Amino acid sequence: MLREHLPVLVIIIPLIAAPLCILFRGRDQAFGIALLATWGSFACSAVIAAKVMASGTLSYELGGWPPPIGIELRIDALNALILLIVSGIGSVVAPYARNSLLLEYVEDRSYMFYCAFLLCLCGLMGVAVTGDAFNLFVFLEISSLSSYVLIALGFDRRALTASYQYLIMGTIGATFIVISIGLLYQATGTLNMADIAQRLPEHGYDRTVIAAFAFLVIGVALKMALFPLHQWLPNAYSYAPSTVSAFLAATATKVSVYILLRFLFTVFGVQFSFDILPTAVPLTILAILAMFIPSIVACFEHNVKKVLAYSSVAQIGYMVLGISFVTMTGLTAGILHLFNHALMKGALFLVLGAVFYRIGSCNIDRMAGLARTMPWTMAAFVGGGLSLIGIPMTAGFISKWYLIQAAIEKGWWHIAVLIVASSLIAVIYIWRVIESAYFREPPEDLQNVKEAPLSLLIPAWILVFGNVYFGIETSLPVSMAELAARSLLGAN
Amino acid sequence: MHHQIYIGLAIILPLLGTVMIWMSGSRPNQREVVTVITSGLTFLCVLQLLPEVLAGHQPELHVTELLPGLEISFKVEPLGMLFALIASFLWIITSFYAIGYMRGHHEPNQTRFYMCFAIAISSALAIAFSGNMFTLFIAYEVLTLSTYPLVTHSQTDEARRAGRVYLGILMSTSIGLLMVGIIWTWAAAGTLDFTPGGILKGKIDDGLVIVLLFLYMYGIGKAALMPIHRWLPAAMVAPTPVSALLHAVAVVKAGVFTVLKVIIYIFGADFLTETGASIWLMYVAGATVLLASLVALTKDNLKARLAYSTVSQLAYIVLAGALATSHSLVGGAMHIAMHAFGKITLFFCAGAIMVASHKTEISQMRGLGWRMPFTFAAFLIGALSVIGLPPLGGSWSKWYIALGAADADQLVFIAVLMISSLLNIAYLIPVFARGFFGPREEEEAQMAGSHEDHGDHGDHAGDHDTATHDAHDASDAGKRIAEAPMLCVVPLWITALGCVALFVYSDWLYAMLSPIVK
Repeated sequence: MLREHLPVLVIIIPLIAAPLCILFRGRDQAFGIALLATWGSFACSAVIAAKVMASGTLSYELGGWPPPIGIELRIDALNALILLIVSGIGSVVAPYARNSLLLEYVEDRSYMFYCAFLLCLCGLMGVAVTGDAFNLFVFLEISSLSSYVLIALGFDRRALTASYQYLIMGTIGATFIVISIGLLYQATGTLNMADIAQRLPEHGYDRTVIAAFAFLVIGVALKMALFPLHQWLPNAYSYAPSTVSAFLAATATKVSVYILLRFLFTVFGVQFSFDILPTAVPLTILAILAMFIPSIVACFEHNVKKVLAYSSVAQIGYMVLGISFVTMTGLTAGILHLFNHALMKGALFLVLGAVFYRIGSCNIDRMAGLARTMPWTMAAFVGGGLSLIGIPMTAGFISKWYLIQAAIEKGWWHIAVLIVASSLIAVIYIWRVIESAYFREPPEDLQNVKEAPLSLLIPAWILVFGNVYFGIETSLPVSMAELAARSLLGAN
Repeated sequence: MHHQIYIGLAIILPLLGTVMIWMSGSRPNQREVVTVITSGLTFLCVLQLLPEVLAGHQPELHVTELLPGLEISFKVEPLGMLFALIASFLWIITSFYAIGYMRGHHEPNQTRFYMCFAIAISSALAIAFSGNMFTLFIAYEVLTLSTYPLVTHSQTDEARRAGRVYLGILMSTSIGLLMVGIIWTWAAAGTLDFTPGGILKGKIDDGLVIVLLFLYMYGIGKAALMPIHRWLPAAMVAPTPVSALLHAVAVVKAGVFTVLKVIIYIFGADFLTETGASIWLMYVAGATVLLASLVALTKDNLKARLAYSTVSQLAYIVLAGALATSHSLVGGAMHIAMHAFGKITLFFCAGAIMVASHKTEISQMRGLGWRMPFTFAAFLIGALSVIGLPPLGGSWSKWYIALGAADADQLVFIAVLMISSLLNIAYLIPVFARGFFGPREEEEAQMAGSHEDHGDHGDHAGDHDTATHDAHDASDAGKRIAEAPMLCVVPLWITALGCVALFVYSDWLYAMLSPIVK
């Protein structure tokens, strides 16, 4: 019986666990609840993914009310992949949070952190499972509001400003999305995404629909930090507590990319989005700018967290580039990169959290010589870094391979060259950090730093191991991404 | 077939050795024993595959599929067999040499050194045995990454800068050019398997073949074609055992090996000659041969001179590949073996000289030959092989490449080869000659005085005696520089004799390699 309700369980578990954390205020109790909740959602996501791969799209009616009046939860391969990513990262970050927070948040208020964390998780996963447009907005806002809180928790005073900046920009983005949904409702009279998709062609693609499209793309671009609407991201990821950076970097923007995919391909349809409207060209251009400009900026930053944040903006560029190809291979590449980037960035930010735990800073000069005193931590950084560069046998290589293949298939040689050139910039900014850690002398006051505690090292290494594993045994992410791409393209 | 096991073993053993070296880190003697035993066992595994290859079979090993249609697989054919034999055999010899050198110089981080060495050899063997371009690319990248800590071993600013040049050039060429070429090949031909006759015929427009060839040739940065050759002299900052094995044998040979494999099994020699796509490559390679030799003439630092000599010699093999005739391809493959033994001898000598007399500049080596006769004699043998004079092996490979140039009606390259031999004489023989000219006794006081320099020019082939040597130093005011310790002379002479052996057994080598052009 429980199996039927899996789609909703995946949201309900963290949703109920969140207030429970407030009720049970003890640090360990709140931690235990959070741990159980995240692991529970991950287990549910895994089962859902297996079911979807076996038998196709899952559909669930909330409260038994049939769509289009009731809210429908609709899970196909794309949703299942996003669920796996979000809950997987959540499960790895939760055990990490316990010790990492010791230095980065007020200890006796950690239950508040877990509550916000679980709400954010719930919101993100809700976006991924829902089949109702307005419901999507609601969950998006839940995740956004809780992420503003999470970011503001950082001790650094700039965290508040960063969070405020994110709040303003994120709210504008979300407002644009809800305007778009409103316009779609006006045009079709329904909020269920599959239903809208059906009714839109009958309604015709008039100005209302075009306006809805425009609002949606801009709104989502804000939320996913597509260049040049990425201003909030570097500050938000750098000044938030490390746990939060790791979690958000690996999940929040991915879910926004999912929203873009869902609306562009399923709701509006490939024909409208790409044939009638010239969406592919601006997306490609912005994606390429995103691949280069933030990467170059990253080469000059001294705060390694900022380096990784700018790198994330660049990686979003790769994802959008894959999407803008509108071919099977391109879409597969983009979706695959969602998965792989979550692994890469998650690992790197967790490593930085461990570094911060021991030396209180993520400045590249303060990290000099760290490989001698924290060898395992920096080895994990090398592992994640190699994946980011795209060395074969890591996950990053697989998505790069698909992306370049997609460009070659379309005959766009210049784009293939650009993809490769931007990977080389990644070599520069990753190698800067590695050189500093392995080749320079540590500053005087950091000569006797100890290795990071296991509770921080193990989650980081799990993700690094995931990078290598999914770089070799690629069948799971590749098959899910291909299935997702096929259903996105084939639905029309 | 149980021969598959040996392929896997040959690649896995050095990796296992790496782990065991790491575990023996605190016990240096145990660690050195592990290195030696691992290298010996690896060579034995490689040797087991030789009878199969000689009989005409090509043992295969399929490991796993990374992406649909792209698998990691291994297939042993004559060219790969040759490279594997050279790399694994010379690893044994270099291990002994390295033990002496590292201990003698009291080098730090020796465990890391031996570990990275083992990983590098493993990836070199994986390159040798690779069955498709994808597997080769993976191993190629691992080789770059595993040799980086070896190049930057001393961790000085100079080493760091050299490391940046090394990694920068090799990574940008491999990611920027080679990977694009591979994906293009995959998109056009649908496969990346090494197939006799090539996989591109009919799959790609004639005009584009040149572009694809360009991507491959400059993407294989380890072949050090000009102008991307800069990493080679930069990498000379590494300890001499590294220079000897990796940059005379494993890394650079992996580069030209890949060049030959691509020409023979991806493009196909006939396809290239039909489309004329490799003519530009002949000229680039020929220019590299001459230019690098000219630069070598200007270098006073012995290792730098040998580095540019290597660039020049590698271009021989690339030229042979570009000519794409039966004789030249076999000659190029033979040159992999000849040059490996010749160059490693020369580098061993350079290291020996450094350990025994702390000299690195050729101008300081006057009269050193009288004190280190064995080392200088071996240097002569290695030099003659590189120059290409009988009775040393290098003469045969040069002969076949010249024959291939004649076959291809590219007579100008015969002239290039001849001029290059003259230039080789010009920059190698003086080193030897200088050792035996010049006053002996007055020189002694000078040398004792300059003993305090770092860098041994002594004839001490092998640095394992530097401990003894340091003791020498203190009370050394008027003492003679003696010949290198045994552990140094022996490896040196083994490789020197190898050059002679290759001359004698060259027809056996030719017979082994001729299937690649059938």
